[in-house]
Amino acid sequence: MTTTVIERKEVELISPTRKRVMGIVFLLFGAAIWLLFSRTVEAGSTTSFGLVPGGFESNLPDWILPAPVTLNVLAFASVFLGGYQVIRGFGRRTNTVLGLVAGFFVFGFLTWAAAGKSMNLAGLLNTTLNKAVPLTLGAMSGVLCERAGVVNIAIEGMMLAAAMLASLVGSTTGSLWLGLLAGILTGVLLALVHAILSIKYVTDQIISGVVINIFAGGITAFVSAKFLQPNAALNDPGIFQPIEIPLLVKIPVIGPIFFANNLFIYAMFIFMIALHIGLFYTRWGLRLRSVGEHPKAADTLGINVFRTRYMAVLLGGAMAGFAGAYFTIGSVGRFDEFMTAGRGFISLAAMIFGNWTPFGSFGAGLLFGFADSLASKLAILGVQIPSEFLLMTPYIVTMIVLAGVVGRGQMPAADGQPYEKE
Amino acid sequence: MSEEEKKKPEAGKVLLEELTRGPDKRASIWRRAWQTLSIPLLAIISGLILGAILIIASSQELYSLWSTSPWEAIKAGWMEVRVSYGALFSGSIGDPARIIAALQSGDDLEIRRAFNPILESLTASTPFIFGALAVALGFRTGLFNIGAEGQLFVGAICSAFVGYSITGLPAIIHIPLALGAGALGGALWGFIPGWLKAKTGGHEVINTIMLNYIAIRLSDWLLTGPMQRPDSFNPISPTIADSAKLPKFFADPIRFHLGFFIALGVAWLVYWFLFKTRWGFDLRSVGSNPHAARYAGMNIVASTVLAMSLSGALAGLAGTNEVLGLNHNLAQAFSAGYGFDSIALALLGRSHPAGVVLASLLFGTLRTGALRMQVAAQIPIDIITVIQAFILAFIAAPAIIRTIYRLRDPDIEEEAVTIRGWGGD
Repeated sequence: MTTTVIERKEVELISPTRKRVMGIVFLLFGAAIWLLFSRTVEAGSTTSFGLVPGGFESNLPDWILPAPVTLNVLAFASVFLGGYQVIRGFGRRTNTVLGLVAGFFVFGFLTWAAAGKSMNLAGLLNTTLNKAVPLTLGAMSGVLCERAGVVNIAIEGMMLAAAMLASLVGSTTGSLWLGLLAGILTGVLLALVHAILSIKYVTDQIISGVVINIFAGGITAFVSAKFLQPNAALNDPGIFQPIEIPLLVKIPVIGPIFFANNLFIYAMFIFMIALHIGLFYTRWGLRLRSVGEHPKAADTLGINVFRTRYMAVLLGGAMAGFAGAYFTIGSVGRFDEFMTAGRGFISLAAMIFGNWTPFGSFGAGLLFGFADSLASKLAILGVQIPSEFLLMTPYIVTMIVLAGVVGRGQMPAADGQPYEKE
Repeated sequence: MSEEEKKKPEAGKVLLEELTRGPDKRASIWRRAWQTLSIPLLAIISGLILGAILIIASSQELYSLWSTSPWEAIKAGWMEVRVSYGALFSGSIGDPARIIAALQSGDDLEIRRAFNPILESLTASTPFIFGALAVALGFRTGLFNIGAEGQLFVGAICSAFVGYSITGLPAIIHIPLALGAGALGGALWGFIPGWLKAKTGGHEVINTIMLNYIAIRLSDWLLTGPMQRPDSFNPISPTIADSAKLPKFFADPIRFHLGFFIALGVAWLVYWFLFKTRWGFDLRSVGSNPHAARYAGMNIVASTVLAMSLSGALAGLAGTNEVLGLNHNLAQAFSAGYGFDSIALALLGRSHPAGVVLASLLFGTLRTGALRMQVAAQIPIDIITVIQAFILAFIAAPAIIRTIYRLRDPDIEEEAVTIRGWGGD
């Protein structure tokens, strides 16, 4: 079972068609940098990137680049990589190179957009990291559920309900920690509904997820209109303040971006590493994955499929609840109706894009978070590109990935299939 | 195997097939009606009961009276439910006393006002009928179209554009043209995930979710750019030409328009197409058993693409109906989640056009009544969404209803349709 999947992936990655297509894609990226940016940028203009996020004091000078030269170098490097790919091929490293070339394109775009002006690159990256937090946590919730074979499209609803409860409990008790706990428990509770519907009653997992999303949307709007809006005191929990990690925060450039954030961001990193180790290096993870790949075989070997799936879905719910709490007590400090705004669904996309792995989810979360933060930045720079198009990129990228253009992901084999004991 | 364990697989065979299967042909007509309707009816009743509990639980009077006299508190809660559900009824069907008084007085305006609630309910049901037909057609062909919302937006964009950019046509040409444009836009938005599913195996659920957001962003951009009303700073399109507006039957305040009858006609067409034509048969065969359909020589790729495009066209008409019949322009966030509600309605209507129409009428009525309830009893309209979620949960897991009301298990066993993972194959 597993071997065939791995073989297929190898074959897909080094097939001659794919090699050529990818080479052409690299060349197109190079051409795009040349045509769109190099030729339109003013000769002799410079781009200065700020390397210190707002609110930090530092005498680190801005990073000043001559825009045309930088763009030409990026275009040339992309074309060179494309040429090498067409003639020789990078083999298994193709996707890494694809990431590199796409990175060149994005950097070229930034250099072009901010030519003659200055852009706070560190601030952009810090916003990206913050926007990636709920996406990554949500995606990891999806990873937990789907690795055990239960599709969870209810992440959106779990986040939304958790966001509200975290705010409500945080405000009434005056304790952010209790708010956080309430958020997590809300996620677990909705996950329990999902688990009972989809595991015990063998309801279609997608319908069960839709039910939870509809319910969460309705109940949060109901409570918000009935209680939170008339009494502002019920919706004023405050937020977890950033904690600077001593010493590490002093590292130039990286320090202020990574080591001066609030609890949620550090927790995300801890969860990510723990989940990676748990899933791929422990007996617990092996069992969980076996239930998602081949529940019957797992059952034969004495693994309790139902219990494993319940456990995975509940843990996933806790993760989604944690992600939801971030919206209120981690960033905004207030609950607004439908404030998750589809981020639960982008989390799903991040999970698929990240190939059902924690690190992949984080990478995808960063990418989508970057598109989001760039959209708001461009408006400030006065670039004539509608921000809506940038906001569409995560969705379009996901569809491309799903279509197998970047090589098909390895989805758990029994994902979405209810298991029934015979 | 104990009795308990024997029952489990029974409950497992229910999913979509249960929702779509016909009643037992041998039984009497009453029995057949009961078999078809028992679960939806009991689900609706249970949903309303849970809604009532929510109203009681969120009643502030209940908590203030509780400490002095629990009995009074429960009575107060009960009164609140009566007031709320009373307002729900009179706001959606009409107040009988008022109708009689209006007829006796003979005042035209008063008569129109008295009859307005029920006609407003029919108007509100119209987009639900289109949307739920779209999702139902998808279910019948084995596809889960969560993208009705996006298709609805694209349909609305296209019909609004045809509506305001062309002038000077007679209504008899302009209306069909605008309707066609809306259907075509929706069809395109359904074609994309259909084609992706057939060609690459990318699962339509995730692709349609993505396309929903793309469509909403697209409309945001169009409404603040190319399609924005020239003299306005708000994200709203120009008003469509009079010749593109769907005709109304009564004077103000009644908004009831031709769209409702178009919806009924389309529902009949969908029924005829699915159950009386060869294409419909092919689509349903592919939906219920793709492998058998493939061996029978049916073209899976063409079927999938056709089904998604048709489904998209229906959803597109839902948006078109709102633009041409009610709003007469395209505004940001004009849809109150019709596309998402449609999923619930398709399931409630057991994916049969007749059932879908009934379910949509029910929800249009509930929504209209809820507006009145919001004013009369200060119950936020969102309670309807919660009730809807409960109903949907009971429909999706009939075993819960069977357990609560001690119904017998269904006699017929059928293979369950399960959603295969995101990657397709």
